[in-house]
Amino acid sequence: MATVELIDVRKSFSGTEVIHGIDAQIEDGEFIVIVGPSGCGKSTLLRLVAGLETISQGEVHINGSRVNDLEPMDRDIAMVFQNYALYPHMSVRQNMAYSLKIAGVSRPEINKKVEEAAELLELQDYLNRKPKQLSGGQRQRVAMGRAIVREPSVFLFDEPLSNLDAKLRVQMRLEIKELQTRLGITSLYVTHDQVEAMTMADRMIVMNEGVAEQIGTPLEVYQKPHTLFAAQFIGSPSMNAFDATVKGGEAVLESGVRIRCNCSFEGEAVIGLRPEHLIADENGPLRVNIHLAEPLGANTLLHGRLSQSRDPVIVSMAGVHSALGTEQNMRVSISPDNVHVFDKATSQRVASLKA
Amino acid sequence: MEKRVTFKGWLLPLCLVLPQLLVSAVFFFYPAIQAVWQSLFIPDPFGLTSQFVGLENFQYLLSDKYYLASFFTTATFSILVTLVSMVPALFLAVMADRLLKGAATYRTLLIWPYAVAPAIAGVLWLFMFNTRVGIVSWYLGKLGYDWNHVLNGPEAMGLVVVASSWGRISYNFLFFFAALQAVPKSVIEAAAIDGARFWKRFFTIVLPLLSPTTFFLLVVNVVYSFFETFGVIHTITSGGPQQTTTILVYKVYSDGFVGQDLGSSAAQSVILLFLVGLLTILQFKYFEKRVHY
Ligand SMILES: Nc1ncnc2c1ncn2[C@@H]1O[C@H](COP(=O)(O)OP(=O)(O)OP(=O)(O)O)[C@@H](O)[C@H]1O
Ligand SMILES: [Mg+2]
Repeated sequence: MATVELIDVRKSFSGTEVIHGIDAQIEDGEFIVIVGPSGCGKSTLLRLVAGLETISQGEVHINGSRVNDLEPMDRDIAMVFQNYALYPHMSVRQNMAYSLKIAGVSRPEINKKVEEAAELLELQDYLNRKPKQLSGGQRQRVAMGRAIVREPSVFLFDEPLSNLDAKLRVQMRLEIKELQTRLGITSLYVTHDQVEAMTMADRMIVMNEGVAEQIGTPLEVYQKPHTLFAAQFIGSPSMNAFDATVKGGEAVLESGVRIRCNCSFEGEAVIGLRPEHLIADENGPLRVNIHLAEPLGANTLLHGRLSQSRDPVIVSMAGVHSALGTEQNMRVSISPDNVHVFDKATSQRVASLKA
Repeated sequence: MEKRVTFKGWLLPLCLVLPQLLVSAVFFFYPAIQAVWQSLFIPDPFGLTSQFVGLENFQYLLSDKYYLASFFTTATFSILVTLVSMVPALFLAVMADRLLKGAATYRTLLIWPYAVAPAIAGVLWLFMFNTRVGIVSWYLGKLGYDWNHVLNGPEAMGLVVVASSWGRISYNFLFFFAALQAVPKSVIEAAAIDGARFWKRFFTIVLPLLSPTTFFLLVVNVVYSFFETFGVIHTITSGGPQQTTTILVYKVYSDGFVGQDLGSSAAQSVILLFLVGLLTILQFKYFEKRVHY
């Protein structure tokens, strides 16, 4: 049980700064997902917390005490690696028992803990196998088991599911989340998959190029993205964005199309419209020229361009729309409350009238 | 997934293995058969006729206390050479593996000794330890130690062991270093998080993962110490003093070519042949279970 605190954490590799000062307060028992595109520094941030990289500047606190200078083994953390990093020459049992053995735990106690973890993860039948005799999902579980038996203060996960197939990924996602809720251990979970982030996180840290763009609950990030990047990274399909000039509660696109918005901001802006918020409307201001319809079952994705400006646009409509197809035109509208406005100069969200 | 090449006919594959077979036949099978044949005869003192004696050569050898002493010498020698050439190599490789900058230079420097021929290495060491003009023996003398490998058996053994192992350290280092680089970094990191400090990690994770390499080097180095150290021993001690450095191979040479006892020499070669075969089989049988490929 522990809190984790990051205070202006920075990391440079031979002079190049890749983490540009991250602040975060993580509460006891929270499940924090660090999400962002490849190369944005997620793994590096996690490794800084783990103690596998030295912190160039700033501080990491676990349970209120500064751990910058502590070795990984002294930080009371456990980590699950992307490639699982199981000890190939040890059986599943030995893999899980390794840390306990080093800690000098008695043999019966070790056996008890390993068997408990194995039961929790349904690994009882595999305890005497070597890692190479296991499937990807089973290896993943062993890696989890190795982390669990230590009863650490903090769990760290670095893309633990990215080597699994889609179905198993969904299943393991639920299992990890359930397990974490049951054990109540503070967790930091790295992924580049925004669906994983949305479904698992208590709060998420949206990272981009070494900066935390937004820290908040999945819904906060979805409903009130702080930056254009966070807006476009979270949510699937990605949010539509158009350059516009905002004045008097109205956004004027470059093509002259006018969209009403709830915003006191005036000036050059980027407006964001989520595909699922666009509604078919005969009198709607946006004319969309569709060139591809993707039926997904529960909803249909319409890929097209704005007739007025040829900007690409995606519309997501509930249900099946087999009538809609290539080279059709439709008009859509959007509620002013659903129009996100970002200052063009800073890419920051600008306050809406109501808030 | 194992990759296999399959051939349609048998002509091409035969042509491909023929050179190897020829070399083996000319340089291995033919002399081996000759040795077996010769070991059953005793030639007359002038080498004109030879007399069939059956297994008498072997009988004589196995009751010869000098020959039995040579067994013991060989065992001591090869255990020492294997240890002295592998342990420092592993240590250096571990250090080089931790090093990030300058690893390339360090590696190159460590490889050089391997390029020195055994006989030349022997001469080099002989020079350094020469009882009258050797620089090392001179310094040892200043420290109050009277080095004389010409008279002192253990000192002679020490010198041939060091001279034989020196060049091999490079060879072993290369293999260990490559194997260390192949150990996944995340596995080491996982062990660090699990609480294992450097030496603990080394003995419980790294060393077991290196075991295929270690096993391979063990076989290679034992075989090396049996056969390829001839040049070193010949240049430094010629098997002396009082046969303390006469390993089996050297005895084959000195009995056969110096002592002109060809029958006994041939019998010794045959015994040596079986010994090495046996040793290799034993090593594979015993170690294969403990090695993690
Ligand atoms: N050891 C290192 N030396 C130099 N640069 C590094 C090192 N490790 C990471 N970097 C750089 O730091 C940046 C962030 O890397 P990091 O591995 O944290 O990205 P990531 O967000 O985990 O990406 P991915 O999703 O692909 O795993 C990258 O630009 C990378 O090149
Ligand atoms: Mg990563």
